Amino acid sequence: MALVLTEEQSMLRDSARGLISDKAPVSHLRSLRDNKDPTGFSKELWHSFAEMGFAGLLVPEEFGGSGLGFVEAGVVMEEIGRTLMPSPFLATSVVAASALNRGGNAAQKSEFLPKISNGSLLATLAIDEGAKHRPLQTSLQAVRAGNGFKLSGAKALVVDGHVADLFIVAARTAGAAGEREGLTLFLVNPKAKGVAIERTIMVDAHNAARIELANVEVNADSVLGEVDQGAALLDGVLDIGRGAVAAEMVGLSEEVFNRTVEYLKNRKQFGKLIGEFQALQHRAAELYVDIEITRAATMKALQALDADVAKAASSVAVAKARAGTTATRAVQEGVQMHGGMGMTDQFDIGFFMKRARVCEELFGDANYHTEQLARARGY
Amino acid sequence: MSESEPADLEKFREQTRAWLEANCPPEMRKPVTSDTDVFWGGRNTKFASEPQRIWFERMRDKGWTVPDWPREYGGGGLSAAEHKVLRAEMARMGARPPLSSFGIWMLGPALLKYGNEAQKKEHLPDIAAGLIRWCQGYSEPNAGSDLASLQTRAESDGDDFVITGSKIWTSYADYADWIFCLVRTDPTAKKHDGISFILFDMASKGVTTKPILLISGYSPFCETFFDGVRVPKSHVVGTVNRGWDVAKYLLQHERAMISGMGERGVGRPLGQIAADSVGTDAQGKLDDSMLRGRIASFDVDEAALAACAERAVDLAKAGQAHPAFSSAMKYYGTELNKRRHEILMSAGGVNALEWESERSRQGARPRAWLRTKANSIEGGTTEVMLGIVAKRILDLPGA
Repeated sequence: MALVLTEEQSMLRDSARGLISDKAPVSHLRSLRDNKDPTGFSKELWHSFAEMGFAGLLVPEEFGGSGLGFVEAGVVMEEIGRTLMPSPFLATSVVAASALNRGGNAAQKSEFLPKISNGSLLATLAIDEGAKHRPLQTSLQAVRAGNGFKLSGAKALVVDGHVADLFIVAARTAGAAGEREGLTLFLVNPKAKGVAIERTIMVDAHNAARIELANVEVNADSVLGEVDQGAALLDGVLDIGRGAVAAEMVGLSEEVFNRTVEYLKNRKQFGKLIGEFQALQHRAAELYVDIEITRAATMKALQALDADVAKAASSVAVAKARAGTTATRAVQEGVQMHGGMGMTDQFDIGFFMKRARVCEELFGDANYHTEQLARARGY
Repeated sequence: MSESEPADLEKFREQTRAWLEANCPPEMRKPVTSDTDVFWGGRNTKFASEPQRIWFERMRDKGWTVPDWPREYGGGGLSAAEHKVLRAEMARMGARPPLSSFGIWMLGPALLKYGNEAQKKEHLPDIAAGLIRWCQGYSEPNAGSDLASLQTRAESDGDDFVITGSKIWTSYADYADWIFCLVRTDPTAKKHDGISFILFDMASKGVTTKPILLISGYSPFCETFFDGVRVPKSHVVGTVNRGWDVAKYLLQHERAMISGMGERGVGRPLGQIAADSVGTDAQGKLDDSMLRGRIASFDVDEAALAACAERAVDLAKAGQAHPAFSSAMKYYGTELNKRRHEILMSAGGVNALEWESERSRQGARPRAWLRTKANSIEGGTTEVMLGIVAKRILDLPGA
């Protein structure tokens, strides 16, 4: 498959870009932040998103979605990255929809997927517990009780956790933290007894929450996939999320880079445009190449996910590792080359730096994925 | 990843695989580790081994020394898609290229685009058949990457040009039969406007070469001197004084070729090479965590670059490629190749320091390491490549 967008994918990009740049430029995020918006995103915009078919992009047509692929999801994520639009798209439409699609039984799919498609249900994956992304270190306990389970433990960085209508919680039904066997995914109602949710105001002004579960009762129908066998399902779902976040970081990197190059062409110092200085030209050129290489690696990963999620792990590791490193470099150069202006809150560049930091931690940072690649290659 | 192919391409793949399996000798399926592992062709050539001769002749007879050139010029007449299949199938079995030559990588594409019919007929089949070995007369002393400041002059004398001057860094000039050369045909014109691209025989009266000994202990480069060399004007490719167009086009191919050098015949993965040399810990991990980290980062970047190279081809096919993108690839590919060889030296430790011994195959590893340091200088330095990206792709203001 060619590593360029098809005509249909380009049209999808244009329509996503049109809506997002029009309705949600960076000032949109700024205003949500400044007003301490309780929802953290625009519900109105989310409904427009759903009407255009984006909310159910990955949902099969039989459940009311568009049945498109991960390359298409990446196209939308990249546009989201350009303006930093806060949106339930990643948590609900990419990660949760994929979890339900891949792991759900007929009843679970027909209950939840149509609502995800029409934008009426928000869902999210609750996975990380410690400071760093370590899926196998899950220790939140699920103990059998009667016909179901009782869940106890805590999760950090649950994206959209305070607005979600459905949690997909990774829990340990057997084994010890660090082991692959014994992981199970549960569908949990955030309103269930024993669930405590704390919205965490994060550095990037996007939505996340810490949640605590104290003997939360769920019935046997709440198991997503097989008991004790959740790791394989989780691997696939996380790789899908990683591919999507890599695409967001490509969009973010390119946007911050374009703004920086424009600045180099207009800002004068020492009687010259600063873009004439070779020291800055070469750094800009290196960054351009970094972004192009990362874009290609990300497309490759998304295509690999479309071909076979179970075989995409190495491509995804390459993409997420590259995207993290490149985005970090792009925002650092962005601030540095904008000089003092880059340090001001009034200027937008800082928003990109903050979002890049969050994207880097989300689903594993560059170190994590570089390590994964080394392990996969057996050294 | 499996991709769906048209039925005829799938058939071509099957046939190609079967033919390669039947015709590529086992000795030609090993990584290239030294210059003699590759056949370079030319009048004075010798094959390093019988399998090398067999492999070359079988591929030549199919036109597969230059698979995508037209059949009338000794090529294989393959479409871009078929060529990609052939490359993939050769890579799959680790087959060595049957013939390496600057004629294939650089002059051929330029002649196909700018040469007249007589020039194509005269030169292309000989390149394909490995009969004539070419060298490139571009750089001059004191010019370096500032290529257009060249001084070698060609003065008109009837039907001939008379060429006087000298070139430097002429790769394998001492082995080459012919040279493709940039000369100044109009000294009064602007820097880029008075240059012509001309071909001549290295056996011509007035041509001398002198090898340059490098830090690797090898002499892949020469100084080349022209003292009143008489060359027919019909040997100019393209238009007189418009040689810069040809030169630039050829440079794109050269840069693409150099950026791909890291991929050629490297053999086993770095992590395995290092593990054999350094050892592993109780968990089976390379017993030098910093080195392991460097290798893993390298692997990430190399895989990403491979995706980018693939995308560059796809963009070109889709008509969306930027003409200066080969400079971006050249910069990154050569810097990455230098990193690879630093890691190889580090992984080899003391054993990689041997310079003269059978055990070390006469210091193959340190010599290769030293050779790579030229990658980011030859064909335009990294700094020149970054300047091209800055000005031509990013449109930053010129100084």
